[in-house]
Amino acid sequence: MSASKQWIAFKTIFIKEFLRFIRIWKQTILPPMVTTSLYFIIFGNLIGGRIGEMEGYRYVDFIAPGLILMTVITQSYANTVASFFGAKFQRHIEELMVSPTPDYIIIFGYTSGGIARGIIVGFAVTIVSMFFADLGIHNFAILMSIVVLTATLFSLAGIINGVYAKTFDDISIIPTFILAPLTYLGGIFYSISLLPEFWQDMSLANPILYMINAFRYGFIGITDIDLWFSYGIILIFIALLYAYTMYLVKAGHGIRS
Amino acid sequence: MTCALEITNLHKIYRNGFVALRGIDLHVEQGDFFALLGPNGAGKSTAIGIITSLINKTDGRVSIYGHDIDTHFAEAKSCIGVLPQEFNFNIWEPIEEILVNQAGYYGIERSDAYSRAEHWLRQLGLWDKRHEIARNLSGGMKRRMMIARALMHDPRLLILDEPTAGVDIENRRTMWDFLTRLNQQGMTIILTTHYLEEAENLCRNIAIIDEGRVIEHTSTRALINRLGNETFVLDLESRVAELPHLDCHAVRAIDGFTLEVDIDQGAGISSLFDALNHTGIKVLSMRNKTNRLEQLFMQMVDDRRHP
Ligand SMILES: Nc1ncnc2c1ncn2[C@@H]1O[C@H](COP(=O)(O)OP(=O)(O)OP(=O)(O)O)[C@@H](O)[C@H]1O
Ligand SMILES: [Mg+2]
Repeated sequence: MSASKQWIAFKTIFIKEFLRFIRIWKQTILPPMVTTSLYFIIFGNLIGGRIGEMEGYRYVDFIAPGLILMTVITQSYANTVASFFGAKFQRHIEELMVSPTPDYIIIFGYTSGGIARGIIVGFAVTIVSMFFADLGIHNFAILMSIVVLTATLFSLAGIINGVYAKTFDDISIIPTFILAPLTYLGGIFYSISLLPEFWQDMSLANPILYMINAFRYGFIGITDIDLWFSYGIILIFIALLYAYTMYLVKAGHGIRS
Repeated sequence: MTCALEITNLHKIYRNGFVALRGIDLHVEQGDFFALLGPNGAGKSTAIGIITSLINKTDGRVSIYGHDIDTHFAEAKSCIGVLPQEFNFNIWEPIEEILVNQAGYYGIERSDAYSRAEHWLRQLGLWDKRHEIARNLSGGMKRRMMIARALMHDPRLLILDEPTAGVDIENRRTMWDFLTRLNQQGMTIILTTHYLEEAENLCRNIAIIDEGRVIEHTSTRALINRLGNETFVLDLESRVAELPHLDCHAVRAIDGFTLEVDIDQGAGISSLFDALNHTGIKVLSMRNKTNRLEQLFMQMVDDRRHP
């Protein structure tokens, strides 16, 4: 398939994926805005005042970046896992499989849908955050690049989950038992310097920590971890997940009997 | 000339160990109208699944217009349009979008795709339903929509797995005309069906698969010529008291008003009418007891079950 045809195939998948989550905006865009508002009301306004400052910032300002990035993570993941599993469940993934669209375009297409949802919902909750927190922008390029890379990483992870999922239950197991704990323990609500040494070291094994720190740096200019190291970790994870997704899709795992 | 489809020694063993195909060979000429027949579970859909890259084969070779599906999959896939036996579309998507997206997966520009979608939706009588989500179509409409989807990229080889299952009589006739026209315009068509009348009317060549093996691969005409005799059912105007003697034809009475007559291949029907005229029996109507191909098919499959 020529490059220009592949580009058309990619655009087609992207449009399809984009329209899918826009059509069901009440399930995809609205709920995270409500949840984030609740976090801000409780942790920002009600409890935050008593916590005082974190690394020299108002508590609500400290947690805002993490809450936004958490939304990006859950939304991009949720998009690809639901969409890919749905395509498998209704068998319309076969529309792509009979076509000459190469496997990597299929993966790029689904991933781009997850990224789009991550960015759009991330933007929506950023607007919500502005009602509660004082969000200055320290470095816009870092903010955007971290959002896109994080969304890419979790979109890929969502596809892998979608490939393995056999039932609707399987699409919520990983988000509940792995993703949520890693995110909550990834330094959204605290600086890891508050932790005992052992837990600090443990936290460093959590890739989400690097993303949240780099993202927070984009807003307020402070981080627990070296920025370039964060980018390195994220890129390595993306490369690994992409290779694995490619392997699964090529083998037709869970799709081709 | 290269074949539209060439299958050599195709084997399929499913993961649970079930052997669905035991080494089938098939060749379909360009421009052919070909029927793939066989009882439920014979392996027809398995073979189609492999041809269209939806099922991994265990062994064997498949080439489409000379393109091997393993080494030149993009070329091979571009040649094929497929209607699967099971519904496989997003039920929440409007059908026009389903078609336009399908074209996109073949690298067709969106504006072009919309005009193609209009063409096929009109041809298949679904234009009024274009904004409807697929879930809201009737069963027969869903199948027609999937045929339109298969045609979006102008395939040279159209493979239809039971295209008329659940399609009403009128639409079935319309679809036959439609497929005949596509074939006349040069498209190679392969279909599976359990309505042997359909295969007899439409298809020039036939393969019969049973238990994962090709048990017959020939032209429709040659197959029908092989039928030793045909059985006709005669409805009579008035009751006949005793069985008439009809020269050189075996006759059975079903009830007083109905007779069954066997006519040997080559004997011709006019001899029967001559014989009937002699006895003075008035015949109201006459029909084949079964479709000719159906009769043959039953014999062949039966012979294999009880050799
Ligand atoms: N995924 C699968 N795993 C195991 N066995 C399978 C699988 N799919 C099909 N089979 C078996 O393979 C055999 C052939 O099935 P196939 O669908 O090819 O038959 P068919 O000729 O299309 O029948 P029908 O006329 O009923 O559509 C059947 O016995 C079926 O049970
Ligand atoms: Mg079948």
